[in-house]
Amino acid sequence: MADYQGVLVHCETSEGKLASIAAELLAAGKSLAGELGQELSAVLIGSDIAGLSQEVISRGADRVYVVDQPLLKDYLTDSYLQAMVKVIGQAAPRIVLLGQTHLGRDLAPRLAFRLNTAAVMDCVALAIDPATRRLLMTKPVYGGNAQAIQVCESDPQVATVRSKVVSPLPMDSGRQGGVINVAVDIDPALVRTRVLARKAETSTGVKLEDAAVVVTGGRGIGGAEGFKQLAELAGTLNGAVGATRPACDNQWISDNAQVGLTGKIVSPNLYIAVAVSGSSQHLSGCSSSKVIVAINKDPEANIFKSAHYGIVADWKKALPAFTAKVKELVSG
Amino acid sequence: MKIIVCVKVVLDPEMPASSFKVDAATNKVIPPKGTPPVLNPFDENALEAALRIKESAGASVTVLSLGKNISKAVIRKSLAAGADRLVLLEDDAFEDLDACTTAGLLADAIREIGEYDVIICGREAADTSAGQVGLGIAEILGIPSVSLAGKVEFADNQLKVDRVLAYGTETIGVLLPALVTVGNEAGALRTPGIKAVMEAQKKPLTVWKAADLGFSQPQTRKIGVRKVFQPVHETKCDIVTADTPEEAAVGLARKLREAKVL
Ligand SMILES: Cc1cc2nc3c(=O)[nH]c(=O)nc-3n(C[C@H](O)[C@H](O)[C@H](O)COP(=O)(O)OP(=O)(O)OC[C@H]3O[C@@H](n4cnc5c(N)ncnc54)[C@H](O)[C@@H]3O)c2cc1C
Repeated sequence: MADYQGVLVHCETSEGKLASIAAELLAAGKSLAGELGQELSAVLIGSDIAGLSQEVISRGADRVYVVDQPLLKDYLTDSYLQAMVKVIGQAAPRIVLLGQTHLGRDLAPRLAFRLNTAAVMDCVALAIDPATRRLLMTKPVYGGNAQAIQVCESDPQVATVRSKVVSPLPMDSGRQGGVINVAVDIDPALVRTRVLARKAETSTGVKLEDAAVVVTGGRGIGGAEGFKQLAELAGTLNGAVGATRPACDNQWISDNAQVGLTGKIVSPNLYIAVAVSGSSQHLSGCSSSKVIVAINKDPEANIFKSAHYGIVADWKKALPAFTAKVKELVSG
Repeated sequence: MKIIVCVKVVLDPEMPASSFKVDAATNKVIPPKGTPPVLNPFDENALEAALRIKESAGASVTVLSLGKNISKAVIRKSLAAGADRLVLLEDDAFEDLDACTTAGLLADAIREIGEYDVIICGREAADTSAGQVGLGIAEILGIPSVSLAGKVEFADNQLKVDRVLAYGTETIGVLLPALVTVGNEAGALRTPGIKAVMEAQKKPLTVWKAADLGFSQPQTRKIGVRKVFQPVHETKCDIVTADTPEEAAVGLARKLREAKVL
């Protein structure tokens, strides 16, 4: 164990830019590395991404491992795994952090099992245990009804971190750091999956995770028609529309709109939950919103325990009046 | 085609939040009275995905479950829905295992079962939310995997898997044998008819103990649990009341304006 040193952060990119989770992980990694008195390294994997190294350093990394190869353009488990294993072999970190994203959810477990260690997924808090110097990883269990503090007993300790639980450090463009180019001889025979097609959702308006206002509909909305009304309110506030799982399962709205433990994590200034009961799985994805407003016809609904403002009403009657008044207030 | 579906029996995750309690001394959940065990919801989606392949391409479906005292009433639901065979890894030692041990045991059992083309698991368990058992099995068995699937099809001699991304989907082609983890987007498990439920009661179960898998003592855990606790968030909800829902809604909007939220 003594051979493992420092923290390594996987920096995800999207469309040639550093993903927001990368800057968050660098901040989290920086503080852990500081507590350990060790260094923070980062790894960039992809095609045409070497140019992002300085930004990664500006955000806190002491050293960046860059694996920049055309074969790594698309994320595929097997090729990224080969790259990660090579970099980890070189860097020998004590702690490896990835984002709890579609990439991290896929890569972290396979990486941990390949390295004969373990991963703890979806961490919402990380700390160093002063007694053992090991990483304490806090994550939701039982759908968010509880949280568990877990420890990985082998090295490297792998964790995925939920988005928005750490604030990025401000950019310090004067920061210096080392850039290490790593060539990985990717064996195509070991890459056993292929991307056959990709469909991007044409997003109109603000992205759910970035929106300052989110209007979410639950099962009680009853159909796709109702979601149009929610979109009208969201549009008025320059916000985005979210949904609970049943609303997505019923195809009243795209699966990509799901907010919650297994959906998107949002923390807007204002979260308006309409006909949402407030299950722990749902609240797990929106409870860090600054202000939660609930419209529900059931005064006993659990959402009122987490909401700051609310009305007990049938949304079909209340929402049109609410939207009309909001329009008047924001335009006036 | 031979499909293996891994299924976990869990405490009903849809229990009311108010009935959920943790014993601080043991770090264990106190099962609320009257909350029955159920099939892990994502594993139901996994089974449904398997049954759809069975219908379209022809397949045998073996359901594999691991635990201590697995509820037979609950697990037989998978036979009623259309699975052909049920293998239970059941032993007192199979309690509170970490994800690494769980994946190791399931992989051992899959090797024991022998032939398979596709292994399907739910994306995560509703209780531990560990989210790595399926992918761990694939890694141990050395087969490719595709996670977070919304749809799984067998066509042109390969598995075609639609992965639900943050903003869109991608279709991944993978050669067999392969492992897939699925989410709720894969569809709800069909409801079996009365006759199928009755017949499922009579079907034999295969039960393997720890010793059958050469599992004599729990391996050292890789993931230790230091503490389990219920986060407290105290918010006081300001409920706006009025004579009609419309007036209440207008009152709510005004209040949000006063509070500078709007
Ligand atoms: C492992 C796991 C992961 C999950 N992940 C997620 C997740 O990420 N996101 C998620 O949302 N769910 C998730 N779920 C599902 C979750 O447990 C709940 O089932 C779900 O959140 C409930 O959605 P809901 O509030 O819309 O529906 P319900 O619980 O059915 O509530 C509907 C509400 O609408 C109200 N209502 C009905 N009609 C009206 C009306 N006319 N006017 C006003 N109010 C009305 C009712 O009073 C009720 O409170 C998950 C479940 C599991 C097991």
